[in-house]
Amino acid sequence: MNAPNQSGWRPAMGSAETLDSPTASGDRALMLEEPLIFELGRAGTCGVDIDEAELGTSDALAPFLRKAAPALPGLSEPETVRHYTRLSRQNYAIDLGPFPLGSCTMKHNPRLNEKVARLPGFADVHPLAPQQAVRGALETIAQLADWLMALTGMAAVAMSPKAGAHGELCGVLCIKAALQARGDDRRIMLVPESAHGTNPATAAFAGFAIENIPATPEGRVDFAALTARLGPDIAGVMITNPNTCGLFERDMKAIADAVHAAGGYVYCDGANFNAIVGKVRPGDLGIDAMHINLHKTFSTPHGGGGPGSGPVVLSAALAPFAPLPFVTRDTDGAARLIEEEHALEDHPSSFGRMAAFHGQMGMFTRALTYILSHGADGLRQVAEDAVLNANYVLRSLEDVLDAPFAASGPCMHEALFSDAGLAEGFSTLDIAKGLIDEGFHPMTVYFPLVVHGAMLVEPTETESKAGLDRFIASLRSLAERARAGDESLKSAPHFAPRRRLDETLAARKPVLGWRD
Amino acid sequence: MRYLPLTPAERTDMLAVIGAATVDDLFADVPPEARLSGPIAGLPLHASEMAVERHMAALAAKNISAGSAPFFLGAGAYRHHIPASVDHLIQRGEFLTAYTPYQPEIAQGTLQVLFEFQSQVARLFGVEVANASMYDGSTACWEAVAMAGRITKRGKAVLCRGLHPHYVSTVRTMAKFTGDVIDWRAPKLEAEPDTAGVIAAIDGETSCVVVQYPDILGRIPDLAAIAEVAHAAGALLVAVVTEPVALGLIEAPGNLGADIVVGEGQALGVGLQFGGPYLGLFGCREKYVRQMPGRLCGQTVDAEGRRGFVLTLSTREQHIRREKATSNICTNAGLCALAFSIHMTLLGGEGLARLARLNHARARALADRLAKVPGVSVVNRAFFNEFAVRLPADAREAVRAMADRGVLGGVSLGRLYPDDDALAHGLLVTATECTTDEDIEALAAAIEGVLA
Repeated sequence: MNAPNQSGWRPAMGSAETLDSPTASGDRALMLEEPLIFELGRAGTCGVDIDEAELGTSDALAPFLRKAAPALPGLSEPETVRHYTRLSRQNYAIDLGPFPLGSCTMKHNPRLNEKVARLPGFADVHPLAPQQAVRGALETIAQLADWLMALTGMAAVAMSPKAGAHGELCGVLCIKAALQARGDDRRIMLVPESAHGTNPATAAFAGFAIENIPATPEGRVDFAALTARLGPDIAGVMITNPNTCGLFERDMKAIADAVHAAGGYVYCDGANFNAIVGKVRPGDLGIDAMHINLHKTFSTPHGGGGPGSGPVVLSAALAPFAPLPFVTRDTDGAARLIEEEHALEDHPSSFGRMAAFHGQMGMFTRALTYILSHGADGLRQVAEDAVLNANYVLRSLEDVLDAPFAASGPCMHEALFSDAGLAEGFSTLDIAKGLIDEGFHPMTVYFPLVVHGAMLVEPTETESKAGLDRFIASLRSLAERARAGDESLKSAPHFAPRRRLDETLAARKPVLGWRD
Repeated sequence: MRYLPLTPAERTDMLAVIGAATVDDLFADVPPEARLSGPIAGLPLHASEMAVERHMAALAAKNISAGSAPFFLGAGAYRHHIPASVDHLIQRGEFLTAYTPYQPEIAQGTLQVLFEFQSQVARLFGVEVANASMYDGSTACWEAVAMAGRITKRGKAVLCRGLHPHYVSTVRTMAKFTGDVIDWRAPKLEAEPDTAGVIAAIDGETSCVVVQYPDILGRIPDLAAIAEVAHAAGALLVAVVTEPVALGLIEAPGNLGADIVVGEGQALGVGLQFGGPYLGLFGCREKYVRQMPGRLCGQTVDAEGRRGFVLTLSTREQHIRREKATSNICTNAGLCALAFSIHMTLLGGEGLARLARLNHARARALADRLAKVPGVSVVNRAFFNEFAVRLPADAREAVRAMADRGVLGGVSLGRLYPDDDALAHGLLVTATECTTDEDIEALAAAIEGVLA
């Protein structure tokens, strides 16, 4: 393993006062503070040149006019560029280093994807243009749909959901519609306790009652408990596979068979598809619906919290209920759009429309570009390298960090640790904040809920071995400091643009916008 | 493979550290019958950057882009000029490749942008608070209906006739599963929106009245009159804005009595992109903030007392509340919100007002010209940058025939309302600052041509 810092130099962990020799500006070299636009901008300033146009008093719009222009500050272009560039430097990002957030699949975002998405033939096309003007857009959607079906072994795919949670809703509504179509009033959705919070929230939104299924000591769904609960009141089960403990659900096919035998449906949360893309087809495991986060497995950028994109692959049993609009292929292979006008003939059982327009086209072009770049062989390598990297992290750190399921076998694409063994009073949060000082984004913390003080590390396949070694060395150092009771860790981060922020104050006295 | 850094030798070394003989040993928990033995047959293998770009460019070339033809489409997605600096700034890796700001100490850039965005949206809408964005206008509209149901504990929503039909469909889809009652009828091709009809539909069971402003035909409803009746009945007024540039010119819905204001923010900073990603705008009165869906950014201080920003009030959200959350929404539309915010910062309030006046002037020029085309009449009395015209023929066919002549001539009401024969002759047309006199002449000529 490469030593991350061969000189052995370590930054002083002194108090804030000794670190901060004040400057007149408040900035410190490249550490730049930035005011709000409401403090910088001026009411009359505009960074865009716009022709003047007069509004006649006889205009029919006159009664509706606002009394004053919106109270919004403006900046010239140079000021605008500087404002946002300075702000950008207060962010950590994949482009700066590893971003090992478990269940989030923060992989490199190829720049070809960005270039392609900006071609005017994609970026500057209206969603309601007549079909003859958008043949390429429909063909793009159809090609991506073909890939997603082939990679998952599923019968159909609904492309319109806007994000993972929206895709979950799509899948659950397909289940609800299928039950309604057969006159079945099943009301209960089973959700393992290790599930993402969106799973129970989605099922509840669709009108299902939630029942939790426990996990076994080895970190998998308790098959016996699940099958014992099956019956005529169970609409289905929502399972994440690979699960949030970083493990493959070995019993997935048996669970699906049992749920089907009891008349229910199987929803799979596809957040962790990156671990198995090209290696396992969910359709072979009996899944009825699974959303695919294009912003995870297929590298579309997270953008500081979206936009996402969550197409949902469907089994033959649920395909008839997919939402509108729907892109299909005619017998001659041509892509065709099915909207409300033709739905009665071509897609009569659809549960309806989930959103205006066709889904996240800007993400489709990026994801298809990514998929074509990798091909079937490259995608398989993605899964293998992602799993290899995660196991390397797991086995490199299990001697200093408690790995509750290390004995359960290899992990998939994420390694799970707990806070067991840290000195009294030291927590997962201290390790996370310490990682910030080390120049890394922390892992996912306190999730999944089934592990105390969980730390879920997902390195992804786009980290080099040297990069992983640096990360491992930092995490090892932090684990050792937390075990030894190094108090300076409790006030980390020391070197970030901000120290720990008072979240209690923010919630107790909410200040949600600028007030003059 | 250019995106995968591990070398074969490194893979071997790493397997040795792990104690596995082959990478397939790491997949031992996958039942053998479900494990694929090699790349999925029939799919292409990896390809060079040049080859992929060629493939994608060929697909893009099969579309007619808005900038390559006289273009008049709107109906919830608008073409505006996006200043070059907007796209440059959103491509900075620190914005583009960051995650949701769950670690605020190293995400102040994103968080401050969200705080500024929320402030801009709230001021634009004339409400006290706005969230950090939703998926798009249509889903924000449904979330507003659901929120009004939580606040009033009632289950009937009255949708105005002029609400975008896709928004109506989205609301109806969700209501099918939640049991809410939705009151809606298709619009009529008339000069004024049906304010009296909306008011008459309000009763003691009504949770909210949803009014699009300007509406799908570009008409401007009387929000204040509707608000008065809604409030007297204990219902909320939800205003829906699909063209935010309009608010540079017409009064903000919050100032006219709207309790919740939602909208589609695409028109500022975000391209057409065949319908997505866009961004949902969502604002409301401060007293309802704890019933709001979606992420909220709030101001606080750090351990040294310096101002900073965090995601807050997360006890409303799914990752804390699970099945009791106000919504299942997880992501927002962060990068689109950034684009919107940058464009708005470049404009400022005065610039937005000037842009809005220019849009309106272009639309008036378009209306004046189309009114001179034999057989064509302008439907609206008032409009901002979009209005309906009545053709003497089926507008769907006219749109297709105009596209054959290289003119993207608008959105036919037949496309939006396929079941309503009374609207079949209606055509929606939009003009923005991008619309030239030559474009307008081309449309007039195309309509004359296809009607001939």
